[in-house]
Amino acid sequence: MTMKPRLAVHKFSSCDGCQLALLNLGEALLTLDGLVDTVHFAEAGPVNPEAQVDIAFVEGSINTREDVERIRRVRANSDFLVTIGACATAGGLQALRNLADGAGWLADVYARPGYIDSLDEARAIRDHVKVDLELWGCPVNRRQVVEALRALLFGVLPVEEKEKVCMECKRRQAVCVLVTRGEPCLGPVTRGGCGALCPRFGRDCYGCYGPSEAANTDALGRRFAGLGLVPADIARRFHGINSQVEPFLTGGSQWVAGDDRST
Amino acid sequence: MAACYGFSQADGQDNPVAETGFLMRQRFGDLLALLAGAGYRVVGPVHRDGAIVYTDVHDAADLPSGVMVETAPGRVRSTETQLPRLFAWANGPQALKPLLFRSEETLWRVQRGDDGGLAFRPASADAQPLALVGVRACDLAALQLQDQHFLHGAYRDEHYAARRAQLLLVAVNCTHPAATCFCATTGDGPQAQDGFDLLLDELDEGFIVAAGSGRGRELLAGLPLVPVREDQVRKVASTRQRARAEQTRSIPAGDLYDELMARREHPRWNEVAGRCLSCGNCTQVCPTCFCSREQDQAQLDGRGSTHVRQWDSCFSEGHSYIHGLVVRGEPRHRYRQWLTHKLGSWHRQYGRSGCVGCGRCIAWCPVGIDICAEVNALLGGAHGA
Repeated sequence: MTMKPRLAVHKFSSCDGCQLALLNLGEALLTLDGLVDTVHFAEAGPVNPEAQVDIAFVEGSINTREDVERIRRVRANSDFLVTIGACATAGGLQALRNLADGAGWLADVYARPGYIDSLDEARAIRDHVKVDLELWGCPVNRRQVVEALRALLFGVLPVEEKEKVCMECKRRQAVCVLVTRGEPCLGPVTRGGCGALCPRFGRDCYGCYGPSEAANTDALGRRFAGLGLVPADIARRFHGINSQVEPFLTGGSQWVAGDDRST
Repeated sequence: MAACYGFSQADGQDNPVAETGFLMRQRFGDLLALLAGAGYRVVGPVHRDGAIVYTDVHDAADLPSGVMVETAPGRVRSTETQLPRLFAWANGPQALKPLLFRSEETLWRVQRGDDGGLAFRPASADAQPLALVGVRACDLAALQLQDQHFLHGAYRDEHYAARRAQLLLVAVNCTHPAATCFCATTGDGPQAQDGFDLLLDELDEGFIVAAGSGRGRELLAGLPLVPVREDQVRKVASTRQRARAEQTRSIPAGDLYDELMARREHPRWNEVAGRCLSCGNCTQVCPTCFCSREQDQAQLDGRGSTHVRQWDSCFSEGHSYIHGLVVRGEPRHRYRQWLTHKLGSWHRQYGRSGCVGCGRCIAWCPVGIDICAEVNALLGGAHGA
């Protein structure tokens, strides 16, 4: 019997939600088990963090010196490194502290901040090691993970999803919440892949899949201003789950008067 | 007994003297029941999520009674009023297109057998007799273009054809054009000319119903109609005139290919690209846009896959990707492609403009880009507006 490709799932600073895309596969988990040998996936059981693998899924952002050393070892041990979710791919929510007075927060929150040993900024995996494939989303969904894994097992790269959420919204005949209700929807600048989950339930997209290709954040920001959003609110729209990625970073920062840290 | 009166604009051959009658408002449900009884899935307008959306309707109460829709570039607001009307609005984001040209559809499946061979199976068309109630003149004009694209070329689309063959159309003449409408200047509305089975003109007390086909005449015979009164005919005529006169937007008529192509480097393309989100909403709500892409969705076990066609847009990067190169990488090139195709090269492909004046691309553009304003700015005084 031929050896199955070896799979590892690593976690850094994150909520574990992206790993659920795998754990919630249901019956497909049995199929998956027949296709790969999962050697490290602490949340599912197997623990062998230093194992050599063909494919490594990495969840979470890099926040400590220990994280930096560990992601380097993961990289060295993995043929193909795939980030799953906004934290690993773009820094995620934790990276909001990059825009704020992180050290000040430590002093406010912890009685003895000296015990906290974190880096100055929360960073995406790609800021520390080479990443072979990035899956966006907060969290990623089952379809994304399965498609990526299937393509890699075929020996090809999955098709990158870069089109706007609007396309998925219209294909599903959802009514536009920006046009009908003036909601500050980020769909026109956000990468699809979620199936327009929020707009289909009447909620404005908050950009959890990160910037789409050709994302005109300048024009959308001006539109939000026209809808009555004050500059700080426009900045907050773009500086959400994927605040560190261009053009979301500048798309938001340009609405912050003076000091960026005020957001 | 049904009274008769001639439609001056009707095509003399297909619709010599339309048979008509008057359907009292409280009997409107009879029309839906008649269609359902004849075996049709009945789809009509409902008021949902702040817009007019076409979906299954079972009785008259499902329809948007008194709903009025105000539109402006990038803005749509609907209100419920006491007006005794079901069709006091111009349109919603979609009408016919998704019912015939599905936004997502499986074309074929492939499975690897135990002997290692591949078996390809075409997907069936998912077609059934469908009656669409409430379709407008602009949508009927768009339907003719979609028919031309999907049915009359060398590569007929069998899925579209199967659905089209079972489609029954109950059209409604527009009484309340939106501020974004300009079908009067494209020549496609606001009155339906042909291509329908039944045509309704709505008055407060009910509807003048006219047949436009053999099937329509059969249905007409099954409706509890009363004779149309002279004053009702006069009222409809003045309503039709007003629906035309109320339209303020305009787009230059005729083949704009040469004029637009002569302006390929016009600074306006850059200017509009500064506002354009290249989100593709204009193309998705356009009733004539027909672009699609195809993708394979593999099973996790790797033994089979599904070949799926989805709506695509010339505003997406992937639309102009060919062999390692994106031809229209920048939004200004994408907007230029859309406009020059829609108003220019469409004439060479289909013998007319791709714009039917429904104004959806204006209303549903998140940043309110107005095709009329753009083309008039590009052409300057050449056409006057």
